Amino acid sequence: MKNPAVLTGEHYLTGDEACAEGALAAGCLFFGGYPITPATEVAEHMSERLPEVGGTFIQMEDEIAAMASILGASWAGLKSMTSTSGPGFSLMMENIGLGICTETPCVVVNVQRAGPSTGLPTLGAQGDMMQARWGSHGHYEIIALAPSSPQEIFYQTIEAFNLSEKYRLPVLIMADEIIGHMSEKVIIPDAKKIKTFSRVKPKGRKDKFKPYETAADGIAPMPSAGDGYHVHITGLTHDERGYPAMTPEAQDVMMARIVNKIRNNLDDIIRTEQCMLEDAEIILVSYGSSARTAYAAVEDARREGIKVGLLRLITVWPFPEALVRKLADQARAFVTIEINLGQIHLEVQRCAGGKAEAVLVGHAGGAIIPPERVLDAIRNIIKK
Amino acid sequence: MAAHAEKIKPEPQHPLDALLRTDRMPHIWCPGCGIGTVFSSCLHAIIASNINIDTTVMVSGIGCSGRGAGYAKLDSFHTTHGRAIPFATGMKVANPDLTMIVFSGDGDLFAIGGNHFIHAARRNMDMTVICINNLNYGMTGGQAAATTPTYARTTTTPLGNPEGPFNLPYLAAASGATYVARWTMLHTRDVTESIEYCLTKKGFSFIEVLAPCPVNYGRRNKERSLDTLKLYQQKTIIKNGANPADVAIDFKKSVTLGVFVDTQRPTFTEMYQKICKKD
Repeated sequence: MKNPAVLTGEHYLTGDEACAEGALAAGCLFFGGYPITPATEVAEHMSERLPEVGGTFIQMEDEIAAMASILGASWAGLKSMTSTSGPGFSLMMENIGLGICTETPCVVVNVQRAGPSTGLPTLGAQGDMMQARWGSHGHYEIIALAPSSPQEIFYQTIEAFNLSEKYRLPVLIMADEIIGHMSEKVIIPDAKKIKTFSRVKPKGRKDKFKPYETAADGIAPMPSAGDGYHVHITGLTHDERGYPAMTPEAQDVMMARIVNKIRNNLDDIIRTEQCMLEDAEIILVSYGSSARTAYAAVEDARREGIKVGLLRLITVWPFPEALVRKLADQARAFVTIEINLGQIHLEVQRCAGGKAEAVLVGHAGGAIIPPERVLDAIRNIIKK
Repeated sequence: MAAHAEKIKPEPQHPLDALLRTDRMPHIWCPGCGIGTVFSSCLHAIIASNINIDTTVMVSGIGCSGRGAGYAKLDSFHTTHGRAIPFATGMKVANPDLTMIVFSGDGDLFAIGGNHFIHAARRNMDMTVICINNLNYGMTGGQAAATTPTYARTTTTPLGNPEGPFNLPYLAAASGATYVARWTMLHTRDVTESIEYCLTKKGFSFIEVLAPCPVNYGRRNKERSLDTLKLYQQKTIIKNGANPADVAIDFKKSVTLGVFVDTQRPTFTEMYQKICKKD
């Protein structure tokens, strides 16, 4: 008997496998991919599972093609996904931009490894966080999530699909090798308990339809190819008809929609976990696998009587700027823990605005940061 | 004046208006350019083939020919440079009921997009790829392409092209395309018939259509618009079934046109259904 899309039950899964199961639970029916360590298992799992649920897996010739294929599949009406790691993520940037410009829902998973270039293919890092934010050319807003466990990547993948369908853009899951290859218990709930969201389809006269005429919520309904709307979709700057419009005014209107649909909905999009922040004088900021280090450091510091809390970023982009600014009034210092040499740290520093010290506990990549290093940083702040 | 105005009749409808985004006219193509003729053939073929317009999709990449999708009143997608084929691949796999036309140029499909072309042919993705080959990059002002003849002058080969061009039908056939043809835009009926045939034929079909680019290529190679058309008339020979290995373009001697490959093998979707979805 075939397995259903939602594999309700208790499982022991790697993060990569849990990600694939989350995609299937969200209703993903198309995966276009290319093998790369440490994300290959996402593709492998999808290649096995998609035919069972009536979907299609295709291994493309490179990551450029993989990204293009999921945009095409999305415009054919399917929820679509790809997964990759650093080098492939670089190749996907061009068509992530096309996805942003044409407002195409899809999900891109980056199981990060240490770079630059080929780097340390089998070892984890979080060095692509700024690339996730700004990697494609031009100005835009993006949504990027960071999972801290196999259980969380399962739910985050569903969430990523829901956000991409709601706000019509590629949503990034910024996992890392540590989470991707870690095996933990993953509980998959009953299918009825999983909330999924699908893009709003247009109504009304097909001949009068304009593909970028936004609804009251700032997001345009999206038809599929084959629905009879005869839409034109282009990566050129376009007007509400979807037609190229080579003027600064048209650019202004299009950019306002692309940017504001995110900026005006930050409360709906941004998710954080706040742990022992009420009385915290030192606030750790972390995400993904590094947040696991941060939890341990909070416990250790509290045992020493130091008032430490954790702000865990579940949504890394958009960055929870307002929250960090507010916390800067209360905190003596922020300590950002991430496996790079200072990326989200820069955002924390910016939002701390000089009111609180901003310290980085970073790592060049290839290993998880031990809690002792965080504890040392905390002790150094106390000593000052 | 008033009497004169009364005599003006409403402009007659063009027979292709139903498939044209008339609100986007005039198009961007230069006087003497051959792309419009091929585009027109393509729309005629769509009508003649009686396929469902609602489920027919045109995908283009970037460049002069890449603007084709923008003028077709179909679901039409103007994608990134070289990526029309993988975009169309995802769309076709996601909805096998769609009829996919990739309309693009030689620079887009065979330099930056070359890898995607050979793999789509290898997979036998069910789509019709129409390549307007004008021997150069027209949109950016006439640079050398993967199709530019040796010795030809372009803005990036001002002393003459030291490289040799691809023989596109040979490349397509070797990669596994199940239909391969070459025409010039002067052979309008042949182009239209080829496209019409491919729209209902399953598998990866490739049609190369030579077209003049007088403004950028012709000007630098002492070839006026009419000269190019005369070459198309005088130097071409139609040899259906010719070995694609033997059809390299040489305007000094002759250029072989015709249908070189017309075979059948299962498409990607058919094979996926057979191997992966069997039960």
